[in-house]
Amino acid sequence: MIQADLTVILPEIVLAVSAMLALLVGVYTTKDKLAPVLVWLTAALMAVLAVWIATRSSGTAIAFGGMFVDDAFSRFAKVAILLSAAAVLVMSQDYMARRQILHFEYPVLVSLAAVGMMVMVSAGDLIALYMGLELQSLALYVVASLRRDSARSTEAGLKYFVLGALSSGLLLYGASLVYGYAGTTLFSGIVQVAQHGEVSLGLLFGLIFLISGLAFKVSAVPFHMWTPDVYEGSPTPVTAFFATAPKVAAMALFARLLFDAFGNAVADWSQVIAFLSLLSMFLGGVAAIGQRDIKRLMAYSSIAHMGYAMMGLAAGTALGVQAMLVYMAIYVTMNVGTFAFILMMSRDGRPVTDITALNMYAKREPGKALAMLVLLFSLAGVPPMLGFFAKLYVLRAAYEAGLIWLAVAGVVASVIGAFYYLRIVYYMYFGEEGEELDRGGSKVLWGFLMASAAVMILGIVNMFGVEGAAAAAALVLVN
Amino acid sequence: MDNLLSIVTFIPALAALILAVFLRGEDEAAQRNAKWAALFATTITFLVSLGILFGFDPENTGFQFVEEAEWMMGLKYKMGVDGISVLFVMLTTFIMPITILASWEVKTRVKEYMIAFLLLETLMLGVFMALDLVLFYLFFEAGLIPMFLIIGIWGGANRIYASFKFFLYTFLGSVLMLVAMVGMYSDAGTTDIPTLMAHQFSFADFELLGIHVVGGMQTLLFLAFFASFAVKMPMWPVHTWLPDAHVQAPTAGSVVLAAILLKMGGYGFLRFSLPMFPVGSDVLAPLVLWMSAIAVVYTSLVALVQEDMKKLIAYSSVAHMGFVTMGIFAANQQGVDGAIFQMISHGFISAALFLCVGVIYDRMHTREIDAYGGLVNRMPAYALVFMLFTMANVGLPGTSGFVGEFLALMGAFQVNTWVTAVAALGVIFSAGYALWLYRRVVFGDLIKESLKTISDMTWRERVVFAPLIVMTLWLGVYPALVTDIIGPSTAALVETYDQALAAAEAATQIASQ
Repeated sequence: MIQADLTVILPEIVLAVSAMLALLVGVYTTKDKLAPVLVWLTAALMAVLAVWIATRSSGTAIAFGGMFVDDAFSRFAKVAILLSAAAVLVMSQDYMARRQILHFEYPVLVSLAAVGMMVMVSAGDLIALYMGLELQSLALYVVASLRRDSARSTEAGLKYFVLGALSSGLLLYGASLVYGYAGTTLFSGIVQVAQHGEVSLGLLFGLIFLISGLAFKVSAVPFHMWTPDVYEGSPTPVTAFFATAPKVAAMALFARLLFDAFGNAVADWSQVIAFLSLLSMFLGGVAAIGQRDIKRLMAYSSIAHMGYAMMGLAAGTALGVQAMLVYMAIYVTMNVGTFAFILMMSRDGRPVTDITALNMYAKREPGKALAMLVLLFSLAGVPPMLGFFAKLYVLRAAYEAGLIWLAVAGVVASVIGAFYYLRIVYYMYFGEEGEELDRGGSKVLWGFLMASAAVMILGIVNMFGVEGAAAAAALVLVN
Repeated sequence: MDNLLSIVTFIPALAALILAVFLRGEDEAAQRNAKWAALFATTITFLVSLGILFGFDPENTGFQFVEEAEWMMGLKYKMGVDGISVLFVMLTTFIMPITILASWEVKTRVKEYMIAFLLLETLMLGVFMALDLVLFYLFFEAGLIPMFLIIGIWGGANRIYASFKFFLYTFLGSVLMLVAMVGMYSDAGTTDIPTLMAHQFSFADFELLGIHVVGGMQTLLFLAFFASFAVKMPMWPVHTWLPDAHVQAPTAGSVVLAAILLKMGGYGFLRFSLPMFPVGSDVLAPLVLWMSAIAVVYTSLVALVQEDMKKLIAYSSVAHMGFVTMGIFAANQQGVDGAIFQMISHGFISAALFLCVGVIYDRMHTREIDAYGGLVNRMPAYALVFMLFTMANVGLPGTSGFVGEFLALMGAFQVNTWVTAVAALGVIFSAGYALWLYRRVVFGDLIKESLKTISDMTWRERVVFAPLIVMTLWLGVYPALVTDIIGPSTAALVETYDQALAAAEAATQIASQ
């Protein structure tokens, strides 16, 4: 029995063990000199694991008495998480090495965070959920303050930690209420108790607390306050990491909890999620207008994007979950490319994050500027880029679920959001010549930027098959 | 040639890709290559597109040259043309080589400029050929990106403001249409345009936020589409982006904007609003008719006081588009024929007028009307061309401008006499502003020092104007050239519209009994 259970979580074990080994090697050998190798090895391992997870089985396997679920949904999320984490690791190597912040702990912590995320998306129980979430969060708190001698970075880490602890408290309180009123922490048990129309007040309270805790993790308004500060303060590669894998994991966990545990009470949470989605879309759009720091701007952009993804969740249907998964896959791809660009922004070797520094960037670096242009229009949801299809998907899900008001609000917010993406285009293409940014940059970053932009355009042919995988994943969750 | 439409659509995009990948450098030779490549590509596109025109059977009112392939999300890649769209396709391919030729003097970032225009051509052609809702939206919206860049990079002094206003204004209008499209997809289960034309959307009245909506879902869908097309058209009172965009855009940008992009709004009304939401159209037609009449009179009056030539012509465009919406929502054969004719003819005339401004702007670098005067003394050929198009703009019989306005007014007269009477005033005003502009710029004594050395049109400029002159006069004396092609299709459109209304009325009567 134990052996069968262990087989199910083999990928997680492999990643965790490799992280431990890396830690040992790092401690006993020359420390940071080994870091670049470790980064590449970890990234390669993650990529291999992603391929393995995608191909190894097609059914649903349950381990540890329902604590851990391996199904099409969790596999979809894990592949997205591992691939984006690997991409970000590879992208950060050059940037961090050049600034002497590439410690060997970095790949180890990212691996551990990834293990946490994998546990999150496979959680079939409130305890497993919390375990995964904390493993992820604790690793992320440390990564945020990776630049130990920088006040900004340590501030970001501390802020993230304090607010994260608060949200974990909320989540735990909710979990205890749910346990008290449902009598079990297993999702499969809760779903029997939480039938629509019979949800007790205590259970509802627990649900709301759980949602609040998770909303903090996906940085949905009104639990978003930490996001801009943490994004701005952390080293840029870490910001890129925050904006990708953890968002997918938290969003998948959200879906997992809402459908596996409260799938029979959709009407009880749909309104709450719709409201969070509405607020996130508008605040993300409006608050970013005043930002000049591109990292803060991307923080608000991610808040808005989480709003759209939650629009899919709010629909409470299989189509909605599918839309959310497709949205997250496209969102992650766009963000990897965008952050590859941001990582290349530097002047005399020092990182620059002010968007006004992009003055007439297009004239000096037409290729990179064009790729960024594609990504920006994709982020804004302008066709023919793939970002438009992501929005179309969630709009359709929301409309068919009767949330027409949310769909209308969403498209209006997307127009507001378009303004700040256009403003970056404005600096790159219409601005006045000023101090130049460094030319060139690492080949790896260039490759990620170009690949991501190419996906945004070529993906409109058939989305590279992501649609079918997302549909299969959604069907497992909602039936 | 099963894929003729796709071939025509994607030749410019292919040329843009080739330019982007293979052309290097910013020197004189590279610039020349970019220009010739773009001219070559657009000319080839035009020549190939002639195959559509000659292969087109006007008597067949269905879609022709149809191509269909599966796409993701249950959507389809489906292209086709009918009598309503085929001439817009031809107008686009016809105008594009002219705009490229008119941009010969562009000096900055020539390669990017040509790529932007080539991509724009692909997207515009796609709009007129798409037979899938989402595919249509894709082309319709994507066109904003190159136009945004064209205004923003190569525009005038206040180009930033104009480009943002252009983008956000039209984007806001269109996203509501997107929600409506999603709604239609949910309701009909398909995004196929011919199927949707046959689909009957619910028109039962309902209450929404305490407001009694006559025509129910159809009215709401109509309004959502209207938000997009009215901005694009542009109709009063949402026209304010147009003068800014026109004034700031480079000459070729203005030409494309006036000649083709504005027509997408009118085309949208004919492709979606009338056939798909007949009840909604009928409910709101009086409103649209009055908005058109106000547009004609109001913007003509505004045009009278303009001091910037491009702004004046921009306002005159809005006025002329007022005739188009009036014709469309008269919803009878003359009205719809007139609307399409007016759009085609305005495509030639407004393009030529913006080119006329471009000719003297290239020499004097100002668009102020006061900066000119007495040009006839130094530029006789220019004065002749400018006069021809001024007259065409006024709607002088014998030019294409007359036919469209007359037909549209005649169609509207059968529906609403007062609207027509008011709009007819606009014809007089248009004579006022156009002739006055012409007098101030061309006639009078040549007293300004700076103008004493101005030279007449070059051969390149004459070549640019020649096809436009031919088309304007030809359509003016022989309008059947257009009406023979569009006639059967518009007749079918009007007939199904009337049938749908009659059926809806009968259904309502049965329901009330």
